Amino acid sequence: MRSVIAIYVENKYGVLTRVAGMFMRKGFNIDSLTVGETDDPAYSRITITLNGDEYAREQLINQLKKLFNVKQVKLLASDASVERELMLIKVRNTPENRSEVIAATEIYRAKIIDYTTDAMCVEVTGEPQKIKAFIDVMKPLGIIEMCRTGVVALERGMTIMQKN
Amino acid sequence: MGQEKETIGTQMTGAQIVIETLIEQGVTDVFGYPGGQVLNIYDELYKASDRINHVLTAHEQGASHAADGYSRVTGKVGVVIATSGPGATNLVTGIATAMLDSIPMVAITGNVPTSLIGRDSFQEINITGVTLPITKHNYFVSDVNELADTIREAFCIAKSGRPGPVLIDIPKDVQIASCKFCRGDVVECMAQDNADDADIDRAVALINEAKRPYIYIGGGAAGRGMTEDIIALAEKIDAYVGCSFMGLSAMKNSYDRFLGMEGMHGRYASSMANKEADLVIGIGVRFSDRATGNVAKYAKNAKIIQLDTDLSEINKNVRVDVGLIGSIVSSFSRILKRCDKQSHPEWRTIVEALKTEERLIEREAERKSGGTMTPRKIFDVINEIKDARTIIATDVGQHQMWAAQYTDFEMPRRFASSGGLGTMGYGLGAAIGAQIASGDRTVLITGDGSFGMNLNEMATAVSYNTPIVIVLLNNGVLGMVRQWQTLFFGKRYSNTVLNRQTDFVKLSEAFGAKARRVDNIDDFRAAFEEAMQHDGPYLIDTLIDMDEFVLPMLPPGGSIDDIITAKPEVK
Repeated sequence: MRSVIAIYVENKYGVLTRVAGMFMRKGFNIDSLTVGETDDPAYSRITITLNGDEYAREQLINQLKKLFNVKQVKLLASDASVERELMLIKVRNTPENRSEVIAATEIYRAKIIDYTTDAMCVEVTGEPQKIKAFIDVMKPLGIIEMCRTGVVALERGMTIMQKN
Repeated sequence: MGQEKETIGTQMTGAQIVIETLIEQGVTDVFGYPGGQVLNIYDELYKASDRINHVLTAHEQGASHAADGYSRVTGKVGVVIATSGPGATNLVTGIATAMLDSIPMVAITGNVPTSLIGRDSFQEINITGVTLPITKHNYFVSDVNELADTIREAFCIAKSGRPGPVLIDIPKDVQIASCKFCRGDVVECMAQDNADDADIDRAVALINEAKRPYIYIGGGAAGRGMTEDIIALAEKIDAYVGCSFMGLSAMKNSYDRFLGMEGMHGRYASSMANKEADLVIGIGVRFSDRATGNVAKYAKNAKIIQLDTDLSEINKNVRVDVGLIGSIVSSFSRILKRCDKQSHPEWRTIVEALKTEERLIEREAERKSGGTMTPRKIFDVINEIKDARTIIATDVGQHQMWAAQYTDFEMPRRFASSGGLGTMGYGLGAAIGAQIASGDRTVLITGDGSFGMNLNEMATAVSYNTPIVIVLLNNGVLGMVRQWQTLFFGKRYSNTVLNRQTDFVKLSEAFGAKARRVDNIDDFRAAFEEAMQHDGPYLIDTLIDMDEFVLPMLPPGGSIDDIITAKPEVK
């Protein structure tokens, strides 16, 4: 089962290691991880996506809550939160595939942010499914290199993580 | 954090601040071993030797176990100091032992100066990285201004909620740098949540419905002054009481509803009563694999109530019907107050029959063994001669399980043994720490395998002339592993026949300790009587049969239905 977990942590030396280490100790593979400062620079917010059964996930969340630099842990429900991910993807620029890349970029509301005689770099933002679909379109055209930020997510409406 | 009384403060070095903050936090004894990167701290220990006692061990691991033993018998935070690099890594087993048994400890390590960090400098190790999974929390202090508050916070974390070890790594330049130090108060524990009223109501409802209640106490209940309350509940709801390994000494063995330890090597009646119960009230227990056997079959017919201060323990190993998260003492007293007075004569009949059966099984086992000096007989002598204050420390293996099964405890915090990690070599250091902490006579039950691991601490016991009686159950083999090899590996005794030529009597004498070898129970009695009067360490090299078994036994992965009560004939 895919889950998105938001973790509100003190912005301190070694905190990411403590959090990531807990995933290793409980035997979880992290699918994606993002971390960044919040509006209060004393705190960071980590967003992690992973796969695992409900029991193990509950254990993991309880263990994360015990870490002293972790202020809050919340499982984000997919129907009550918005998720976005950003990808940069570099594909071959050849007369055969050029128009197809440009068309796909338009349809996916993506942006070409670098263009040389050999390569094009496209910036795509969206939900993970959209990113995956765009990769599928690009695959036969020759992906040179790509890079994803991982998912960031917030709950809808006024529901927030309490910053106790 | 503590209210700071002084506000002006005194200019002090980091090393001075370490010692002053330890004293401020009520520390009277520390264990450790000096080295290059803690020279400054040791210099301050020298100057403050009239206010804080340092115990020098033979090895940092011994110091870590001593701090652990010190904590187990007092409930205070044990403190250990070691230098950087190998000094710090030698603490690892001791810290992990404390972590798995939830023992409050503060470990202070020196490190190379900040400018040399990350350069693979001489005796540099990233000990905060190494100890990340085996500490409750750890710190690398890079600014002397944060040192005092870091130490205070470490004490607070170590003793709050579910206790555990905290490590503070202090680079040498931070020990040398100075800042203003203001003396504070002993830090309070963090406030604990109280279980929800609704959950307490559900627990009380389950208790009122139960016909065969079994109260199951663990390390979280030990040493919290709950003995009388637990007895009160058992009497009120007509329950029996059993414990996990970590719960030993939390209940008086003389209490007639106490059945002793249950689990893999638990007492027969206790394990069987746990199986037959229709309600298990777990107090500060984690339902470890050694206690439950196959969890799918554990307490199948019972509802389970679990009281724990650590939310991650609820449902971790077994699914419970009601989890009461928060202060165990408070949850327990609320339950005790609200539940109805009950009488379950049928349950009493069942359990009394189990107790009779247990006596028959044990008598039969003794008869079959025919040995003149069986573990049972040895513990009968120990129980007869020791008093309620005597502390029992153990190493790990068969001797540990015999100690768990047969020792009579009448007071809490009289047992120091590595339950969770199962650390061979734990006992001697822990016995030294426990003896120094309490001033009480301490008996170390050990085996020739475990004792061989850290016997260098004999030097420490002699130096401090600690009255420790070492009962070395010497069978010339690694008995517990041998037992498994006998049962499950076709008697292929791979590397468990020690066949060493060590003369433990001469060895003890070489260290400066008194020692005696015995091969029959009368000599054992005479030696033990003498040892218990001796002013200083005394080792009794007690020769026992290499094929004694720890029984009963639940085979690994098995359940209570697979209990082995008699030594099987193995070809």
